[in-house]
Amino acid sequence: MARLSGLQKEVLRLYRHSLRCVRTKPEEFRSHWKAYVKEEFARYDHIQKKQFSVVEHLIRTGHRKLEMYSNPNIKNIH
Amino acid sequence: MFRNLLRSNSFAPVVRSSARTLATEASVPARLKTFQIYRWSPDTPEIEPKMQSYEVDLNKCGPMVLDAILKIKNEQDSTLTFRRSCREGICGSCAMNIGGTNTLACLCRIDTDTNKDLKIYPLPHMFIVRDLVPDLTHFYKQYKSIQPYLQRETHPADGRENLQSIEDRAKLDGLYECILCACCSTSCPSYWWNQQEYLGPAVLMQAYRWLIDSRDEAGKLRREMLQNSMSLYRCHTIMNCSRTCPKGLNPGKAIAEIKKQLAFD
Repeated sequence: MARLSGLQKEVLRLYRHSLRCVRTKPEEFRSHWKAYVKEEFARYDHIQKKQFSVVEHLIRTGHRKLEMYSNPNIKNIH
Repeated sequence: MFRNLLRSNSFAPVVRSSARTLATEASVPARLKTFQIYRWSPDTPEIEPKMQSYEVDLNKCGPMVLDAILKIKNEQDSTLTFRRSCREGICGSCAMNIGGTNTLACLCRIDTDTNKDLKIYPLPHMFIVRDLVPDLTHFYKQYKSIQPYLQRETHPADGRENLQSIEDRAKLDGLYECILCACCSTSCPSYWWNQQEYLGPAVLMQAYRWLIDSRDEAGKLRREMLQNSMSLYRCHTIMNCSRTCPKGLNPGKAIAEIKKQLAFD
């Protein structure tokens, strides 16, 4: 596999963090959370790796969403 | 006789006003002014931001820029997004960059020269949520970090209010009026380059407002928080803040006063 750029690594880091965050949620809702995370990332599959400003924006908003959803009071997602 | 009086009073103005509107519509030609407005949507992040032009007839529009963009949103393009609330310069929601200057759209008159386009951008160097809406999360976090509330250990003897002399209260004039519209902070080059560490003029002015409040007893702690190279001393007295403030306040002076206080610590 080709060596990843810093930006690509950051995307993977966010993805990993999000999936690990799923495990802090109640067990019965984890499948919902996992599906949601995968769907959010799949939504931007078509973005090219050279579209730096777009990827940077998505990483930024992604981190903000992660911060919001990692609140333990939020139990489930649809 | 009374009935006659009443009738003439109630009818006369109606007749006159309708005649007047008819006259203006016939005689005055439309004054079409072009507004170029920054558009960007987070739903399609791969599409670059662009400037979109709208034409507004100034004869059928209020005098302020906010009136014009409200008219555009109502009549031409309902997808145009911006924050607004009070339309009289007291809420600070409609801060944007109009014709190259950060100001409140509700306090900024439209330049009536119809040959020139008016360009409207969101506040500079902020992350954009959509169109003219900047992301102010970090700005509010910084405001929270200076603890903008009264802190004191002792309580008044009668258990009621913390009293203040008229002279002490007068010191807060020109500081408490700030509505945190972020016009000054986003006009400051120092804030552009060091947004993460430098607090920016708006927040520093509020820090000063709490430092000189005679009722507040946490002054030492507040000064210690600012005593580092980034929080305060990134201010290089560029003074864009004082020039741009839509409320006519002077954040530059407040920052200079804090520097003076800290110099003796």
